[in-house]
Amino acid sequence: MIKQISVFLENKSGRLIRVAQVLGEAGINIRGLSIADTSDFGILRMIVDQPDKALTELKDKEVMATATEVIAMEVPDTPGGLAKILSYLEAEGINIEYLYSFIEKPTSNAIIMMRVERINDALEVLKKNNVPIVGEERIYTF
Amino acid sequence: MQSDFYSVEEFSTRQGKGLQQALNYAYQNSPFYRRVFDENNLKPEQIKTPADYARVPFTTKNDLRQAYPYGMAAVPLEEILRIHASSGTTGKPIVAGYTRADLDCWAEGVARICEMAGVTSKDIAQVSFGYGLFTGGFGLHYGLERLGATVVPFSSGNTERQLSLMQDFQTSVLVSTPSFAIYMAEIARELGYNPRDFGLRIGLFGGEPCSDAMREDIESQWGLKATLNYGLTEVVGPGISGECLETAGMHILEDVYYPEIIDPQSGKSLADGEKGELVLTPMFKEAFPVLRYRTGDITRLIAEPCLCGRTTRRMDYITGRSDDMIIIKGVNVFPSQIEEVLAGFREVSPHYCLVLKKEKGFIKDLEVQIELTPEGFTDSFKELEALDNRIRQRLRSTLSLAPRVKLMEPKSLERTTGKAKRIFAVEE
Repeated sequence: MIKQISVFLENKSGRLIRVAQVLGEAGINIRGLSIADTSDFGILRMIVDQPDKALTELKDKEVMATATEVIAMEVPDTPGGLAKILSYLEAEGINIEYLYSFIEKPTSNAIIMMRVERINDALEVLKKNNVPIVGEERIYTF
Repeated sequence: MQSDFYSVEEFSTRQGKGLQQALNYAYQNSPFYRRVFDENNLKPEQIKTPADYARVPFTTKNDLRQAYPYGMAAVPLEEILRIHASSGTTGKPIVAGYTRADLDCWAEGVARICEMAGVTSKDIAQVSFGYGLFTGGFGLHYGLERLGATVVPFSSGNTERQLSLMQDFQTSVLVSTPSFAIYMAEIARELGYNPRDFGLRIGLFGGEPCSDAMREDIESQWGLKATLNYGLTEVVGPGISGECLETAGMHILEDVYYPEIIDPQSGKSLADGEKGELVLTPMFKEAFPVLRYRTGDITRLIAEPCLCGRTTRRMDYITGRSDDMIIIKGVNVFPSQIEEVLAGFREVSPHYCLVLKKEKGFIKDLEVQIELTPEGFTDSFKELEALDNRIRQRLRSTLSLAPRVKLMEPKSLERTTGKAKRIFAVEE
């Protein structure tokens, strides 16, 4: 499982820059990210190379951040590739809270980051169906 | 005290007579009230019932301020034995004068309050209120003496010495502000004492609001019974109302001080149980009489009989000041109500801002901005929205109005060391 950093962002200018600056100054590389927002606030979700350090740095700078476990998996970079994998989870009644794609050096597969409700069950389902799960080392240090 | 147990009829007869006396006295002796009556074409004899009494104009803090220093006097200065004054945080102080009879009546009232709180002539009472222009120190001092208790007039400050005398004198009653009682317990611990070993039995607290949490803290730290009392210089000083040992609201000395609750906006009288601004008339004051004084304190009157058996109506704890009130779509909202609701959520901090969204000058909507605490933040929108909803529901049932709730980052709202500015208006 991958440790993702989630940051609470008020809808106010300069908030995102600040987070990026804090991480940059600490020498932390952002490897993937997604932002979701409502009219009032947003949540920035990031995959970084040093998640524990990132969390400490952000909290030190009074940025509201928390760590969340997500699954990284390889998805065939072909039409229907994602649909097929999602159907495995659907069949087991596992809800997906959100997912986003991860930027990596080009290969034949895409990497998708996914947050689900029952993470251990989901991992089992994916493994059973031979969906390649990407480990921490590859995600953080590729 | 017998007067705490009069029947409802007895109270109403006494109040009827008392108010009549107050009106006649003010009309005949106070140039200020003579003018007020004349300007309103009012004569004391026209006021016969409580409904009539509502025709008497209110007296406000501003009236008293403008009368500085002796404009409210109704007796020659030589008959005034003592002067007190309220601290003037805004403008000039408010002056109160007392004749011999006023001081006597005041001491008697404070003695009743102390007796209700369980103090007896066997007690040794340390008065840690300041002795000076502030009415707290002298007010409690003479009331406790009247009751026959042994008074230690320490006054405020010098905490270490207070503690050491408290121990040597075997003080059993502490008179102070609630926050000073908490502070003293802290210092006692720092000096290596357990506050419970001091043997304090009863605390008489006043001079500032006291939350339930503060009261619990004081009681568990000192091992005493904490009682609250209420008063204000403009009316007399401490000794207007106080708690009995049931500690379920403060019994008003209704045979001396006539209480009313009004809608702070319209000025209309409200029934017992309804929340509004407390208006007080001291019925027997000679030196500086005052009629229908608007205290600015928001509370309600409790008419149901108290378990202690006393028949005087009680007033609830002060939940706000009418000066802080905001009216939104006809609903009166006090920032203190919002504070209470937020205190119940550990996911948000007690810092908040109220944004009044105005349209053509009218307040259309209220937005409550609240800072999340680290405990409150999760990665899940669903949970954040559920939190938002729970807070909104609680605010709605407390305020009778559904505000918008906006979750903010920690420390994003303004902080000041003094009174924080919490209310902002935005024209939309």
